[in-house]
Amino acid sequence: MMRRLLGVALAAAALIILLYGVEDLPPWGDPNQPASLHVSPRYIEKGLAETGVANMVTAVLADYRGYDTLFETAVIFTAGVAVLMLLRRRKP
Amino acid sequence: MIREQKDIIIHTICRILIPFMQVYGLYVLAHGHGSPGGGFQGGCIFAASFILMPIAYGLDVGKKRLAERRTIILCSLGVFIYGGIGLLCLLLGGNFLDYGALSAILPVGPVMARYYGIAVIETGVQITVMAVMVSIFINLVTGGSHEEEMQKTHD
Repeated sequence: MMRRLLGVALAAAALIILLYGVEDLPPWGDPNQPASLHVSPRYIEKGLAETGVANMVTAVLADYRGYDTLFETAVIFTAGVAVLMLLRRRKP
Repeated sequence: MIREQKDIIIHTICRILIPFMQVYGLYVLAHGHGSPGGGFQGGCIFAASFILMPIAYGLDVGKKRLAERRTIILCSLGVFIYGGIGLLCLLLGGNFLDYGALSAILPVGPVMARYYGIAVIETGVQITVMAVMVSIFINLVTGGSHEEEMQKTHD
């Protein structure tokens, strides 16, 4: 019983800390937030000139955020290997 | 669990549908530069065609078309292509995954080198997504024991 109460208290404390942190984030969809002022205009204005790709999404996905996509692919690969390891049974 | 469908309608429709699905999967990959698309989406469409095959014609035909050993090789090949391009950029004097460095070995400028670098890594993503989808489907549907499943259908 004590342990359960302690768990609930810890979860509540974490929730309060997170809500306190959210206070400082810019409002959702605010056009004046830092990300909209620096990163997005660069992708929109210079994406085609820098990568030669007309589709902005592909330019960001594969070029500006190439690391992200590399490890996304690695995650998919890991998922496939995990399913193989868990389920595959060879005939004895 | 997967038994061959004896229905002539299913067989005929699948025979017509599967080539178009595969061409469409490649189209989505190739057109990712100009319109919505790319390796993840194209890979899923391509995998759907290889998943339709065992559903319609039974596990034997599906595994004959894309053997298990080959799916495992393809899984790793896609990630290898992606990481290999990154390392190639590193060897040519750029940063990791900085495709502009590829212009040293391609007969194009740095901007078009980025264009082709993106095309190659999207192909790698497509190969991995396709192989993983097919592998997960086959293993989930047979509980991981393909050989016993196939023997059951032969008995």
